[in-house]
Amino acid sequence: MDYATILQILDSAVRLMTPLLLACLAGLYSERAGVFDIGLEGKMLMAAFSAAATAAVTGSVWLGLVAGVLSAVAMSLIHGLAAITFRGNQLISGVAINFLASGLTMLLGQSWFGLGGRTPSLEGAARFSPVTLPGTEALSGIPVLGPFYAEVVSGHTALVYVAALLVPGTWWLLYRTRFGLRLRAVGENPASVDTAGVSVPRLRWAAVAICGVLTGLAGAYLATGLSAGFVKEMTAGRGYIALAALIFANWRPWRALGATFLFGLMEAVANRYPELDLGFVTIPSMVMSALPYLLTVIILAGFIGRATPPRAGGEPYVKER
Amino acid sequence: MALPGTRGDAAPPAIELRGISKAFGPVQANRDISLVVPPGTIHGIVGENGAGKSTLMSILYGFYRPDAGQILVGGRDAGITDSQSAIRAGIGMVFQHFKLVPNFTVVENVILGAEDGALLAPSVSRARKELRRLAAEYQLEVNPDAVVETLSVGHQQRVEILKALYRQADILILDEPTGVLTPAEADHLFRILKGLRERGKTVILITHKLREIMEITDNVSVMRRGEMVATVPTRETSPEALAELMVGRKVLLRVDKAQAAPGAPVLELAGVRMVDRAGVERLRGIDLAVRGGEILGIAGVSGNGQTQLLDILGGYPEAGAQVSGTARLAGRPLPLDGTDARARRQAGVGNIPEDRQAEGLVMDFSAWENTVLGRHRDAGGALMDHDAIRREAAAKMERFDVRPRDPELAAKNFSGGNQQKIVVAREIESRPVLLLVGQPTRGVDIGAIEFIHRRLIELRDAGAAILLVSVELDEIMALSDRIAVMFDGRIMGERLSGETSAAELGLLMAGASPSGIPPEQGQPDTPDHEPSKGVI
Repeated sequence: MDYATILQILDSAVRLMTPLLLACLAGLYSERAGVFDIGLEGKMLMAAFSAAATAAVTGSVWLGLVAGVLSAVAMSLIHGLAAITFRGNQLISGVAINFLASGLTMLLGQSWFGLGGRTPSLEGAARFSPVTLPGTEALSGIPVLGPFYAEVVSGHTALVYVAALLVPGTWWLLYRTRFGLRLRAVGENPASVDTAGVSVPRLRWAAVAICGVLTGLAGAYLATGLSAGFVKEMTAGRGYIALAALIFANWRPWRALGATFLFGLMEAVANRYPELDLGFVTIPSMVMSALPYLLTVIILAGFIGRATPPRAGGEPYVKER
Repeated sequence: MALPGTRGDAAPPAIELRGISKAFGPVQANRDISLVVPPGTIHGIVGENGAGKSTLMSILYGFYRPDAGQILVGGRDAGITDSQSAIRAGIGMVFQHFKLVPNFTVVENVILGAEDGALLAPSVSRARKELRRLAAEYQLEVNPDAVVETLSVGHQQRVEILKALYRQADILILDEPTGVLTPAEADHLFRILKGLRERGKTVILITHKLREIMEITDNVSVMRRGEMVATVPTRETSPEALAELMVGRKVLLRVDKAQAAPGAPVLELAGVRMVDRAGVERLRGIDLAVRGGEILGIAGVSGNGQTQLLDILGGYPEAGAQVSGTARLAGRPLPLDGTDARARRQAGVGNIPEDRQAEGLVMDFSAWENTVLGRHRDAGGALMDHDAIRREAAAKMERFDVRPRDPELAAKNFSGGNQQKIVVAREIESRPVLLLVGQPTRGVDIGAIEFIHRRLIELRDAGAAILLVSVELDEIMALSDRIAVMFDGRIMGERLSGETSAAELGLLMAGASPSGIPPEQGQPDTPDHEPSKGVI
């Protein structure tokens, strides 16, 4: 394996990490506020479809992005209504959202475009184009670092950089601001927030709305950045992988970056080497492409580390009595 | 108004409540309550469990909205609609169950909801300075950077007080603050409260411990069954008078019963101790005997070890608890440390548990299914004859007057009294040699109370031994042949039913030993008793 191959794999890993990272951070906001969300998958799928459909019709990727975010936020509001306002079961609401998105995207896709659930291929302004970061030219002469910068750091679409900046941004918001303090508190002990005279539902609604925006970005990136159009069920379990990464990251932003990069890397390796020849044995392609899912199972089964979820997670807040 | 601390017309009351009422569904928790608290005083509010004290204080703190009534703070309508407005009016509250974020630091907990701006840094540095000042002024030392869950209960309580003072509370409400404290921690708390009073703050102390009331308060108000029955200056009253007010002068529930004819001892306990998972000693050497044909009543304020005693005898001690001591059932040794409720039942121990909804019934099961729970193996074999069970259930419901008489109705759809009758029917008709009874009439209407009482007497007359635990002193006095009073994991004394008074029992319940010396001062703690530190 030469350096150029490694760079290509890392480059691919960053791209594949991005939707996972966005979804993982989305889940982080929601769950840190005490609202569990297994509907990340459905929201991403809905956003991916809306973004691709809008971009295909209007020819503008930016309008597509807006449509994607709006549709994911709308799904989030359904979850908020069930989980916060009506104090329903958060798992059931999440599952319902996943089913709704799965059915709705296929139905609308078929009736609008007649391509068997796909949207027309996107090209030109209907897709996100790569951004060449400043300094790529200047660094190009330097060995090792130059190619790394040009290949892995530069040349991604805008949403990759947005996702990357959201990591320190989220950390800052959670640990350095009033909003973050209250958000963390409401996920640990909502009664402490309530008795301090702060509205528990308002905080949770805010968190759920942020979750919607971020899953919207994740879905839009999937359909208009990573791929060139929507294909049915294109999220392929990424929402669940993001949840596994969130647990692996122990609900912390920097660790979320690490966890999602690991998943992205595995996917990239599997894409690059459908059959990995280790010399003495050849790993078949089925195993390679199942790697991220296997890791998800292992993480969710609790084999890696002790995860301490937000204490009030999953429980609707009701005053005593 | 002759209450100490009142300074003529110059100082309006710190708190004035006018006609506060609050109902939770059919339960009237507070009924037309009026209360005046002079500024700069410590005001005690006493009453039995369920008298409505905590509800009243939660209303004052804006946590619940009253159905009717008015709250005046410093003589003006404070317009308290939520906790935020109560805090603005200068009211701070220390709940019985702390409202802290366990994995936050002390400073983070203190500023939560009272931040200075959108960024935390300025709030944190001001809070540190303020905490240092408050610590020096009120003996409220606590490390601002400690994570709350690593602190002892006493220190966590200080954080709650600091939270209130940081919000510049002039009126501090404490709900049962000493329930979770060691005696030394409680003494420190009282010094803090006296310091607050010296600096002009008003303190409202909710408790059911009369010793604390006498020791620290200026005035005391007594609540009973949702009503405020008296407010008196503390130095003009006595524990006996307060106990009488708390319990009520009203006629004791009349239960016609013949003189007991006690037979051989059925249950004998010697030196039963229990240390819970957190290392707190809940039972500190219980010696008791219950004979056949006798009802032994255990009186006491809840939380003094009665629940632990019943759980151990029922065969399901709290997980991780260490139990020692010996027990004999009808002469045969009864192992106490194991968890085997089934063996207890087979040995003839019936059990009417304290919490019927959690332990006595499966709320989603129908009545007929509930009538065989724990007895479903008696017929032998793996299959159950549903028709026979249904018929038997219908007959039981008839005999115990369970309404409506519908064996198919789920337990949750019966009223509290009828739910309890299902449990009582099941346990009494299993003909136990020993019946454990916990709070048999909690939340049960008057008619059902009398019915359940009559059935318990009948069981006694049939020769069974009954161990009755209740926080209702009336009930204990009406049913028991002998009365033992439990306080802080010990039996404070035993009395024959006809030879004692509510006032005397009330004193024992409040921890006064028969000679009048509180046990904390009269006798040292057992050497193996570790003070609870760092326990949540």
